[in-house]
Amino acid sequence: MEFLYFMADALATTVSLAAPLILTAMGGVFSERSGVVNIGLEGMMLIGSFMGVLFSHLTGNAWFGFWMGALSGAVVAALHGWVCIRHRANQTVSGVAINILGAALTGYLLRAIFHRAGQTEPVPGLASWTIPFLKDVPLLGDIFYRNMPPVYIAFIVVIVAQIVIFKTPLGLRIRACGEHPEAADTVGVNVSGIRYLCVMLSGFLAGMGGVTLSLGQLSLFREGMSAGKGFIALAAVIFGRWTPVGAMWASLLFGLADGLQLTAQNWGFTAIPREFLIMTPYIVTMAALAGIIGRSVPPAASGKPYVRRDGA
Amino acid sequence: MGKPQSVPVLEMRGITKQFPGVLANDHVDFRLNKGGIHALLGENGAGKTTLMKILYGLYQADEGTVLVDGKDVSIQEPNDAISLGIGMVHQHFMLIPPFTVAENLVLGAEPRKHGIFMDMESAIAKANEISEAYGLAIDPHAKVMDISVGMQQRVEILKALLRGAEILVLDEPTAVLTPQEVVELFEIMRNLTEQGKSIIFISHKLKEVLDISDHVTVLRRGKSIGTVATPETSQQELARMMVGRDVELVVEKGPASPDESILDVDALHVLDHRQLPAVRGVSFSVRAGEILGIAGVDGNGQSELVEAITGMRRPASGRVMINGCDVTGVPPRQVFESGVVHIPSDRQRHGLILDFTVAENMILQTYYKAPFSRRGELDWETIHTEARRLIEQFDVRTPSEKVAAGSLSGGNQQKVIVARELSREPELIVAAQPTRGLDVGAIEFVHRKLIEARDDGKAVLLVSLELDEIMALADRIAVIYEGEIVGIVDPDTVTEEELGLMMAGAMRGPQPKAAGGESR
Amino acid sequence: MSMNSKSKAWWRELLVPVVAVLVGLAIGAVFMLFTGANPLDAYRALLSGCFGSPVNLSETIVYVTPLICTGLSIAVAFRAGLFNIGAEGQMIVGMLASAIVGYALTGLPRIIHLPLTILSGMVAGGLWAAVPGYLKARFGVHEVVNSIMMNYIALYFSHYLVNGPIKDPNLASPYSPEIADAAKLWRFVGGHGSEFRVNSGIIIAIVAAILIYRLLYKTTKGYEIRAVGLNPEAARYAGIDVSTAMARSMLIAGSMAGLAGAIQVCGIQYKFLDLFAFEGFGFDGIAVALLAKGNPYGILAAASLFGVLNRGSQMMQLLARVPKETAGIIQASVVFLVAAEGIVEGWLPIRRMAKLDVAGKEETR
Repeated sequence: MEFLYFMADALATTVSLAAPLILTAMGGVFSERSGVVNIGLEGMMLIGSFMGVLFSHLTGNAWFGFWMGALSGAVVAALHGWVCIRHRANQTVSGVAINILGAALTGYLLRAIFHRAGQTEPVPGLASWTIPFLKDVPLLGDIFYRNMPPVYIAFIVVIVAQIVIFKTPLGLRIRACGEHPEAADTVGVNVSGIRYLCVMLSGFLAGMGGVTLSLGQLSLFREGMSAGKGFIALAAVIFGRWTPVGAMWASLLFGLADGLQLTAQNWGFTAIPREFLIMTPYIVTMAALAGIIGRSVPPAASGKPYVRRDGA
Repeated sequence: MGKPQSVPVLEMRGITKQFPGVLANDHVDFRLNKGGIHALLGENGAGKTTLMKILYGLYQADEGTVLVDGKDVSIQEPNDAISLGIGMVHQHFMLIPPFTVAENLVLGAEPRKHGIFMDMESAIAKANEISEAYGLAIDPHAKVMDISVGMQQRVEILKALLRGAEILVLDEPTAVLTPQEVVELFEIMRNLTEQGKSIIFISHKLKEVLDISDHVTVLRRGKSIGTVATPETSQQELARMMVGRDVELVVEKGPASPDESILDVDALHVLDHRQLPAVRGVSFSVRAGEILGIAGVDGNGQSELVEAITGMRRPASGRVMINGCDVTGVPPRQVFESGVVHIPSDRQRHGLILDFTVAENMILQTYYKAPFSRRGELDWETIHTEARRLIEQFDVRTPSEKVAAGSLSGGNQQKVIVARELSREPELIVAAQPTRGLDVGAIEFVHRKLIEARDDGKAVLLVSLELDEIMALADRIAVIYEGEIVGIVDPDTVTEEELGLMMAGAMRGPQPKAAGGESR
Repeated sequence: MSMNSKSKAWWRELLVPVVAVLVGLAIGAVFMLFTGANPLDAYRALLSGCFGSPVNLSETIVYVTPLICTGLSIAVAFRAGLFNIGAEGQMIVGMLASAIVGYALTGLPRIIHLPLTILSGMVAGGLWAAVPGYLKARFGVHEVVNSIMMNYIALYFSHYLVNGPIKDPNLASPYSPEIADAAKLWRFVGGHGSEFRVNSGIIIAIVAAILIYRLLYKTTKGYEIRAVGLNPEAARYAGIDVSTAMARSMLIAGSMAGLAGAIQVCGIQYKFLDLFAFEGFGFDGIAVALLAKGNPYGILAAASLFGVLNRGSQMMQLLARVPKETAGIIQASVVFLVAAEGIVEGWLPIRRMAKLDVAGKEETR
């Protein structure tokens, strides 16, 4: 019986821990599907989580902060796009620079604006939503009936992303740009435009994922609070075979690993040292990636800058 | 048709395009008549594709004007070209392999329902409609990666027609087809002109140009050499215009004097990268002092066969013997050490490291051996001296041996590879499409070197998609079809038609061991 | 004439990094202005923090030393076409291994104990790097995600060790016991207790740079690594064992990061100190390697530059009230500009001309 309570508790934690991963992973799916590798998700998350807190602090309106956090992710992503698409830089390197920038810029602004180091003071956070009819459903109700809004938004984004990518002309074009940009170009698809759109969308969603960490979970910003979640989201994209639904399941798996370890800590589970519990999501991520490779084929042109050329 | 035959639907005047280091198009003029098939003839690198990419909006000309139906037009983007009724079938197909035929057809002009969703039913209906209208059967549900090359070409043509193309540019469309498929393609082209379409046919093959076109414009080194009416010209005249001098269309070679066998391939089975059978029970041998040519249409298992012989791919079963030693499934280095050299079909992907210097490329297989290194330490002085010697001996045009290989022209890159491979004192030379993309001068050079090597007592395995090349060089021809050798024939007695039928799998020739020539 | 053209090419190679650094500093100045500081004062404070006193100079060298090693680590992997984003974690396990070997063994003569301690750090770093390297070679998993995961695992693993098994029971803080004197690197001024912490580690780092240069350009193993990095397909065609070359470069890369950790322990800390977060040497090493375009000698210069920036930023924060993170913003800007050479080249008309001639590069990338 205690085990069931433990599981329900862990699962409820799972969805709220997975929400930022899911949102960020959706960003990764869009970016990679269009042919741009986005290692900078981590930095975009971090900037999103800071800007969300900043604007919530300035306006007292957590929702305004939420959307500004997402938007700031998109602005940083535009930089990644400019460097990778317009200037054909190595996409991994540019992503690393985004991550350096994310850590530095948030630290800088923390001191410059909040005059503090480490973390901000608490700001207005997002109030939980309650879904009334879910309350009475066993198990599902325990997990879903009361959550922070980004959890619900995350699942809606998954559905929308799945439809956009596989059921709309835009999605067809996005996939074409990621598979064979030259072919897309020759039928008049604006490859750069699509890639910019997807990269900025990925920043928007990563920013949203980041703001979920700050305004959704802690109601404050802490330096380095993304703690590798951007990279785990990227792993979820790969593990989910570059589909929104697949990436969602992968994010839930990684969230579960995190949820189990947190719940285990909360329940005073001491048989395994705390540090090893904290490591679980990272180890699960590596194991998952090693397990599926070979059966998971990335978009053919992912990571390759596109330029009309081919000499004479 | 209301307009007389001679009205140009398309005119390009004074087109000039400069690339870094190359003047790709130098004041080129070109006129296309309505309902005509106009060939654009030239060697590789003559500027044909550049001119057409300018027409299609993929490149911008530095100078010159384009007129469509007599009106001055500006083509900045492929979309502009499409809306002017210009369609292009690229040499390397612009199809997306994991997409279905229907998805490929409508990409960029997708039918919608409710404003935002893909309307797949009407996309499929459209695909069926257009394929019936032009008599080009296709399966809209099939994924492009699962259909044949000939079928993919149909999809490309339909893609252009679906977008309302009146002017169709076909860039080297026959390169990937069997002789029979070429005949079919020509029929399709004639049908299209009867329906009022005008076609630009890009080629470097004289016979095909004479067969299908009504006018020929010849390009050489970016300049337009002239336009002639096809019935009034000849193969010799076109060749002269194309190359700028009289050319021997066939290399001279004496009879072979084959010795004992060097390469023995026995019942070889090889899987491709998708783990599907690509080579299916192939057996043959190549003797010292002969050139065995493998003829076949692209994608019939040639690459896998070559990779299996040179150690780059492990065979599923069967045996490969070099000089009586079993080298089945051993890694490339061991194959090389048993006296094999390999001129790979893709010089930029396999043959060279473009960012390495010419000298560094010259030691790609031998860097670990004396005199290039001792106890793990490279001897740069010897490496550079040896590179200079080979550059001289093989007439590689390069400012120095310290220049990046990628900065050389295609012909000179190939010379670097040929120099490196032939200088390694081989017993067996595996040459896979050794003249792909080269101009006539470089082709002659490579052919001469291969024949010299043969006369020097080396065994040569030549794999080529160019039937002319096989006919010119090979002492025996093995025809490969769907991973099987469907016959080994004598080039002096076989006709091109017979070879074509064998390449298409419609006929079998004598088998290497069991003789017999009955058809299937 | 040929001398002239050679030196011209040499200048061109330097032009992009130099301009990138200058623009990066200018961007940094803008961020300083935002906080109301005078950039000149701020940069002056930064420099004084690095060179203002003998101790500061000593500390700057101490800071640059591990950056040289992590820069080399990233460069070696980069040459083989791999992105070693895991130098951070490799350095942590290097520190752990050196600390353990340093304190657990006693009574050994210096000539054995010191090399053994440093070597164990290098081996630990190499093995840590080998895990993503193996997963890449065996399963084709992209090394970037796995290296990052390995960073976190190293961090939490070190937490666990230093708060438990290797914690010095005589101390309240989570520190390992101090290593034996025989395992300590020589401090140039005043011995082990000196406030001048600069030590022979910097010499080891410079020697490592020279050795890595020789490895890459003078040996067959280096030739293989470079060939695999530039065109793995061609390398395979030529009979080079691609996965071995990749594994070898990853092992060397990891051992360089491990060396950084070993020098930290043997020359500076003398023990393993609990980490609250990543120290950033591994990530900064990426910027160092990129700015140096992977050239080991360039890494000496680039590490000095970023070392000065980061080290001086503390003083800048103290004296000019500019957040020290400005250094990171400068660093990110430089990486962007070096990564997208086209941006800088667009500002320099000469570069466009350079593309037209066929001047070859002896070292590429």
